[in-house]
Amino acid sequence: MRGLRRRELWAGLAFVSPWVVGLGVFLIYPIVASLYYSFCDYSVLDRARPIGLANYTDLAKDSLFWKSLFNTLFYAALAVPLGLGLALALALLLNSGVRGLTVYRTIFFLPALMPMVALAVLWLWIFNGEYGVLNVALARLGIQAPPWLTDPAWSKPALVLLSMWGVGQAMVIFLAGLQDVPEHLYEAADLDGASWWDKIRHVTLPMISPVILFNGIMGIIGSLQFFAIPYIMTPNGQPARSAYFYAMYLYDNAFLYLRMGYASAMAWILFILIFCLTLVSLRLAARYVHYEAAP
Amino acid sequence: MLSRALRIVGLVLLAALMYVGFTRQPGPAAEDGKIHISYWEKWTGFEGEAMRAVVDEFNRRQDEIYVDMLTISQVDSKLLLSTAGGVPPDVVGLWNSNLSSFADKKVLLPLDDYLERAGISREHYIPAYYDLCEYEGVMYALPSTPASHGLHWNKKLFREAGLDPERPPRTMEELDAYSERLTKRDETGHLILMGFLPTEPGWWNWAWGCYFGGSLWDGGDTITTDSPVNVRGYEWVESYAERYGVTSLQVFRSGFGNFSSPQNAFLSGKVAMVLQGVWMSNFIDKYAPGMEWGAAPFPYPADSPELAEVASVETDVLCIPVGARHREEAFEFIRFVNSQEGMELLCMGQGKHTPLAEVSEEFLAEHPNPYIQVFIDVAKRSRTFSNPKTPLWSEYLSEMNAAFDEIWLGEASAEEALGRVRIRMQQKLDRHLEQKALREERP
Repeated sequence: MRGLRRRELWAGLAFVSPWVVGLGVFLIYPIVASLYYSFCDYSVLDRARPIGLANYTDLAKDSLFWKSLFNTLFYAALAVPLGLGLALALALLLNSGVRGLTVYRTIFFLPALMPMVALAVLWLWIFNGEYGVLNVALARLGIQAPPWLTDPAWSKPALVLLSMWGVGQAMVIFLAGLQDVPEHLYEAADLDGASWWDKIRHVTLPMISPVILFNGIMGIIGSLQFFAIPYIMTPNGQPARSAYFYAMYLYDNAFLYLRMGYASAMAWILFILIFCLTLVSLRLAARYVHYEAAP
Repeated sequence: MLSRALRIVGLVLLAALMYVGFTRQPGPAAEDGKIHISYWEKWTGFEGEAMRAVVDEFNRRQDEIYVDMLTISQVDSKLLLSTAGGVPPDVVGLWNSNLSSFADKKVLLPLDDYLERAGISREHYIPAYYDLCEYEGVMYALPSTPASHGLHWNKKLFREAGLDPERPPRTMEELDAYSERLTKRDETGHLILMGFLPTEPGWWNWAWGCYFGGSLWDGGDTITTDSPVNVRGYEWVESYAERYGVTSLQVFRSGFGNFSSPQNAFLSGKVAMVLQGVWMSNFIDKYAPGMEWGAAPFPYPADSPELAEVASVETDVLCIPVGARHREEAFEFIRFVNSQEGMELLCMGQGKHTPLAEVSEEFLAEHPNPYIQVFIDVAKRSRTFSNPKTPLWSEYLSEMNAAFDEIWLGEASAEEALGRVRIRMQQKLDRHLEQKALREERP
């Protein structure tokens, strides 16, 4: 019996070993190493030289660091609430008993499947100041639209607009949450004479509040790491670095300027920032999020 | 039984993976008895083909060495990764703008001994190009194909504007006046043709101060971004944005297509004069074959006639990474490319001039670019410049591009924007010199 147990143990370990090894080699080791390198002058080609807190104190004085952080927070502050609102609105509409729900759901979800690079190139054309389909359409309506991506005042709002494209992902999750709201609660509300808005306000939103929290946290994490699209659409953050985001500066430091230590320090600051924002969200959640009591 | 078979298959696969992953791959089987050297190059298309012809010629003549040429995108970052991993190629094709950074990080092999043994020295070259291969007194490369830059103009548009199509502007003041004459708007006031645009092609946004006699760095411990001459250069840039309007220029420019396409601003006749390199003639032949055009040295400010000697140059280079396994053989190949025969074959194929001092009659007579002599003469000028030879160049370039945007968009004056760049880059230079001193202290 004991022999069998042991054999099973070994077999089990062997089966999970690819995952354990992968986790160790590709995740835990790099995380620990990056923490160490964030206190070093390290170019990959040379041995790392410990320099204490110099990377962090340099960052505090680096105006571009602050600018990229500001751009990123600005983007997140617009993109996350707008994305959540739009996804929720779409999900509510789809949940109102339309016919052909699966077809609509698929259609709204499709854009989220598009590869980032293709998306970026496509929107470069949509936003084109002279021939872009967006400005041509707006001109028909008599609106003189800005040359989105070449005007520093409009480059970030343009990217926020673009990010709505991927709202299908959150929408599908909301939809699943909505379909889990028990029908009898709505029936009870109907009996009490609740209006359409009352039902959303007092039944739907509390019941799906954990889903809102989840989507919100995922949105915050995603938008603070915003990288691939601006890297292609607004290289070097042009115009005038108005679209230069945190992850782009991190990437440039690491792979263009070979300041791995500096980039590691940036990565840890970003991690701490995301960690704190998530913690705040969870604190708020304790007050506003309603979890159904376990049966 | 089945599970056992699966387990065996899995183990075999795992072993195979580990073998592939953890053993150094031998080069292609050297059954021919030759030493195979690997050569990474960034060129594709006709430029890649031109180099392949040179490689084939070298291989045909050799019975000891065989060059395996591989086209690699983002060759600079891949060279860094392969060097860090201990498996760099034997020869690599880079740009002169990479050299100082790579040499500083000790990625490249110093070639001085090899050059001395081969009897190759500065007088065999147009000096500007030879000097681009040097960093802190050491040679790290030899040129492959060079390029000097000049003003290209569209003769048809000159004629339509009532200008002499055979006489390009010689001074900056003439350039501005010509530009004013050439620029056209439609009935609604939209720009449809610009005489000249300092944003085109946008590859040398850092260089405008240099055309007014400035430089970005003194070569020692001082950054000179906002020197009066540099400020003057960027005020000149600013004057274009102010004269034609930032917004209408933005809209006009968003109609331009990619460089390598018929929608290129110059090739499609939307901009009448442009600063471009010797390669432009290839793209004119390809995308605008009937175009009447000319090339001349870029104008200089009329009040500084000595700046008529200023010219910008750059060169692609061949280097040997420090970890290369076949250094002697690699140098043998680089030497062949730098022979007059190899170089003329390569530069003819790429439509450029050769970096060598000696040029054959046939090369000049048969060259597809009718203005090839203009570019050779430009490269031989006494005040050529290229990007400053500092390992901080990629950061500096990014700062300059951002400052250029700010100036162009009217977000900051030339003095403010360049002043900010100087402060940032001076901090970085100080930190760099400090760390370099530390490294040398305890290597």
